Amino acid sequence: MSQSKQGEPLDPHEDDRPRMRAVVGSDRIEEEIFGRVFDGKVTQRIWQFVRPYRRNVIISVASVVTFTLSQLTIPLLIRYAIDTGMAPDAPSSILLGIVALFGVIIGINYIASRVQELVTGKMAEDVLFDMRRAMFSHLQRVSLSFMDKTEVGRLMSRLQGDVNSMQEFLETSVLAIGDLLLLFGIVAVMLWLDWQLALMVLTVIPILFGVRILWLSRARAAFMAAHEANSITNGALAEAIHGVRAVQAMDRARLNGELYGQLVDNTYKAQLRASKLSQIMIPIVDTLTGSAMAVVALAGGLMVVSGRIEVGVMVAFLFYIQRFFDPIRSLTMQYSVMQRAMASGHRLTEVLDVEVDVRDAEDATPLGDDDDGSVEFRNVTFGYNPEHPVLKDVSFRVKSGETVALVGPTGSGKSSSMALIHRFYDVQEGAVLVGGRDVRDVTQKSLGRHIAMVLQEPYLFTGTVRENIRYATDWADDAAVVEAAIAVGAHDFIEALPQGYDTMLAERGSNLSLGQRQLLSFARALVTDAKILIMDEATANIDSYTEMQIQKALQRLLEGRTGLVIAHRLATIRNADRILVLQQGQIIEQGDHDSLIDHGGLYAQLYQLNYASFDDIPEALTDKDRSLAT
Amino acid sequence: MKKTAQSGQTASSDRKFRRTASVDREAGLGAIARITRMAFAYPVRAGLALLATVAAVLMQLSIPVILGRAVDQTQAVAAAKAAPETLYPIALLLFLASVARGLFTLVQNYTAESVGHALARDIRNAVYGKIQSLPFSFHDRTHSGDLITVGMLDLEGVRMYFSTALVRTVLLGLLIGLGATLLLSTDVTLGLLALSFVPFAGWRSTVMRLALRRTWLILQERLGVLSQVMEENLAGIRVVRAFASSDFEMDKFDVASKSALELSHQRIETRVKNTSAMTLAFFISMGLVLYVGGRQVTSGEITLGTLATFLTFMTILQMPVRQLGMMVNGYARASTCGARLFALIDHETEIDTAPGAPDLKITKGTLKLDHVSFAYDGDTDRPAVSDISFEAHKGETVGIVGPPGSGKTTLMHLIPRFYDPTQGSISIDGQDIREVTLSSVRRAVAVVQQDSFLFTTSIENNIAYANPFTETREIRGVAESAQLHDYILGLPGKYGTIVGERGVSLSGGQRQRLSIARTLMMKPAVLIFDDSTAAIDAGTENRIRTALKDYAKDCVTLIVAHRLASLMHADRILFLEDGKIIEQGSHEDLLKLGGRYHALHALQMRPNTEIAAESLAGKVDQP
Repeated sequence: MSQSKQGEPLDPHEDDRPRMRAVVGSDRIEEEIFGRVFDGKVTQRIWQFVRPYRRNVIISVASVVTFTLSQLTIPLLIRYAIDTGMAPDAPSSILLGIVALFGVIIGINYIASRVQELVTGKMAEDVLFDMRRAMFSHLQRVSLSFMDKTEVGRLMSRLQGDVNSMQEFLETSVLAIGDLLLLFGIVAVMLWLDWQLALMVLTVIPILFGVRILWLSRARAAFMAAHEANSITNGALAEAIHGVRAVQAMDRARLNGELYGQLVDNTYKAQLRASKLSQIMIPIVDTLTGSAMAVVALAGGLMVVSGRIEVGVMVAFLFYIQRFFDPIRSLTMQYSVMQRAMASGHRLTEVLDVEVDVRDAEDATPLGDDDDGSVEFRNVTFGYNPEHPVLKDVSFRVKSGETVALVGPTGSGKSSSMALIHRFYDVQEGAVLVGGRDVRDVTQKSLGRHIAMVLQEPYLFTGTVRENIRYATDWADDAAVVEAAIAVGAHDFIEALPQGYDTMLAERGSNLSLGQRQLLSFARALVTDAKILIMDEATANIDSYTEMQIQKALQRLLEGRTGLVIAHRLATIRNADRILVLQQGQIIEQGDHDSLIDHGGLYAQLYQLNYASFDDIPEALTDKDRSLAT
Repeated sequence: MKKTAQSGQTASSDRKFRRTASVDREAGLGAIARITRMAFAYPVRAGLALLATVAAVLMQLSIPVILGRAVDQTQAVAAAKAAPETLYPIALLLFLASVARGLFTLVQNYTAESVGHALARDIRNAVYGKIQSLPFSFHDRTHSGDLITVGMLDLEGVRMYFSTALVRTVLLGLLIGLGATLLLSTDVTLGLLALSFVPFAGWRSTVMRLALRRTWLILQERLGVLSQVMEENLAGIRVVRAFASSDFEMDKFDVASKSALELSHQRIETRVKNTSAMTLAFFISMGLVLYVGGRQVTSGEITLGTLATFLTFMTILQMPVRQLGMMVNGYARASTCGARLFALIDHETEIDTAPGAPDLKITKGTLKLDHVSFAYDGDTDRPAVSDISFEAHKGETVGIVGPPGSGKTTLMHLIPRFYDPTQGSISIDGQDIREVTLSSVRRAVAVVQQDSFLFTTSIENNIAYANPFTETREIRGVAESAQLHDYILGLPGKYGTIVGERGVSLSGGQRQRLSIARTLMMKPAVLIFDDSTAAIDAGTENRIRTALKDYAKDCVTLIVAHRLASLMHADRILFLEDGKIIEQGSHEDLLKLGGRYHALHALQMRPNTEIAAESLAGKVDQP
């Protein structure tokens, strides 16, 4: 280290901080787990989802109250059974009567607990699924720029983890009502049975609460530490599994094993600590219940002796004491659940509140078969951030049936133009017209049917080959699917797959080559039989053999429809009817290949360099033309 | 017959490792025995856990007895048959028994859990080590998700075994056994009544747990489908928008969601039905005890204290009996989870250092392939590589080209021993790579992979991955050679910028350049580029090539590429087709030859479909 410091003044980092380069597992960014206990805005939002189940809420609260009351009654019945039913001179009918009443109460208890658990459990699940659906459906409509800047993993944890803690929250809320009632009920009944003995015994309740709350913050820290250590270790394991080839190729297995061993040791220690803390509460509670029982045995006993209370009361007290701690434990646990739920609810609200920028106009009408496949940009200005437009006053018109290639350096606005045709975003100035109609005046669904789109990266879904080609084109029958596959030249390799068209595609088609996936995505576009085809040509270098198949398929795909292609390959560009050259959000040249060559501008220069891909434009060239264009 | 069926199963499970594969009875029982042995490898803690359990049960049982005693004594004092002072020791005893119960339970739970954690620690290390040493062929046929669930979920099943299954068995056995003896010896009828709910509740609880476990596994699958639908939708949101298919996607979501919700409801029903039945059974027994016991108290057969003992004992017994199912479930989980974990840990490492093998010694730096053939998974009818021989010396560059599926990558994977050839041998400086340590081979042969995995850590750590204790200037040096240095300096965190799955996302070309940089770090004797410049633009590739000249002097360089420009400069080019070398020579030689290489060259230099189609006719439709 010191050696490198001497001779290397321009070291990428000159500070003396020692760096741990040898690490396994990733640097994780944990999300906040606990929020405020109560957040009005979040609660309001949750209530929207619970509202449809109002009736169930009432039923479950009513049944939890009934259930709790019946539980409270049982020790009381035992008391009466002892004091009146078992009195030396009591007729046996009294005991029978009390036991019969006991039978009625446990019947009620049974029904109430069943109703409560069923109704609450199902309702909480329903709300969970409703929330997830609402959020998922919302994500289908929010602007693409939001989706682009949000990691899928993050959204997934909203759709899974966060909605789950909401479900937990609903369930425990109902239970909390029961627990509170039980706690107050026990206190009330005890006071009613004998207020002096009750006061003596009840002193343990505030102590229990106090101890529990003191304990809770420590225990929670320990649990969180254990949880975090555990997930870091699991993360390292996942990394080892996914990156196993890289690890072996670079011979890091042994070192990683040692590093992982350290993580495992940390987890072990954190878990032991958490385990210690979670168990420490047991002797404390037992000590407190033990002293309460001792008080009843002694003071209660003396009261019985003095005739102040009957022995049944003493027995009832002993029963109640054993039930003390349950509601206190659940209530303090529910406190954590509440905090967690509020943090989750807050994150859910954030997603649900993302604005939907692009909506159908109220008087939107569908684009129909009568509308042609023309595309027109009229003085379009657009930017993801309106202050930095990526397209500036762009106008062009593509006739129905014409093929146009868009060419230009990265960031010139090619992809944005394509996105505007499909109305992924709305323009800030000017208008985009499809089939002669402003895209803002037609329904998005019909626009989607009018336009087929092939993206740069072929994206396949889990499912069969057939399902992938048909995708959302539900009006295409099996024959149409096969026809499309034949047309793009995918039929032969599909037939060669183990189950032909019914072969399941593993993890997004990883069992197919890139070229094959591309052909499937062509077939998927072809089967929609849309009037306009928008395509973003793949940039990656694929082998020349596949390249040729793709070129052929592309020609077939463009037959008889309007084509707008973001082109990178010379072959594609030369086959277009017209070429638009974009730079810095403006069209700087247009025309067919020959006229552009004659023109001697950027296109001609690019062509003469004979690069296979137009993205390989040397910086010097673009710099020069940047000054020309502006 | 049964025996053969089982051995057949184990034979097939050797080939393929699947988490979802069913676990046979014998393997399950074997796993239980093995976990138990592993637990008792911590004899002090495990023994202490069991002793504490016994003590805790005794204290637990003493409490109802003392309570009964307190009631009786109180009545005796009230009837002036005893002095009030006699209540003091009983109250004290009650307090002490309760405190002792708490302390013993603490020791029991803590030691039992710590045994579980210690077990988990051992297994984690074993699993990690195993996964990292199992060869590519294993990972090719094993779904990464399966390994993750085994390493995380199955581990939990094994960890919980000692505390939820084994210790609980002792606890319940003692509690019910001793409790029953105590009650029955006091009063047979009343004892039977008090215990009557135990078999019912135990049975319901077991049935419920096992049913819940079954449905849980199915629910997991359905939720898996649901999350796949959501994840694919979100990751492919551009396709979804492009096809205006949100309705279609919502339908997909609804189908998946509904099937999961139905099962969730079903689970709730199963749970509620059983738990409320258990509660009812408990209360019915209690009612019966109350009635029959009450009659006995009235008639003087038993004291009120005895009745109180019975009633409190029932309340104490209620919880553990209801958890009987958890215990049964603990065994069920441990047997399946354990069997899968051990199947992984015991899996044979097919490619490993031979015993006593020395390190590879690089002298001249000559790589030699001698009649090398290779077929995947023993598919000898269709070898991926057949009968390849060539030799390359230090400083030489060999280009390898050929249509997709011609075996280029496969061949490259044989040299660092990612796979072993089925026939023939590979040697470096006369040493067969199978006869030296694996680690030294991997250090000598470095591959820049087609699709490089980046670790979620800083760029610096990624570059220095093979050699983390290197000096900083080395890192910068290789980054400069890979034409990455300027880009890195433009990043907000420079060399400390986190990349990888959860970091800054790099473009395909940047990833490949990073991959080149980290491979250069290894200073290998054989440097392999496996189609690893496809996403790098021609200009940058040129600069990299110039920068690499220094490195190339000291090693054998093998370049696999589709773009001929990437390998035209090689000293020798091998044209592969169907796993065989069909043409070889320098670029000029091969052009003169007018064969396959020439045709490919023509296609790439004149990107015109028609002409190319003619010259490559016949090869085009081959997948």
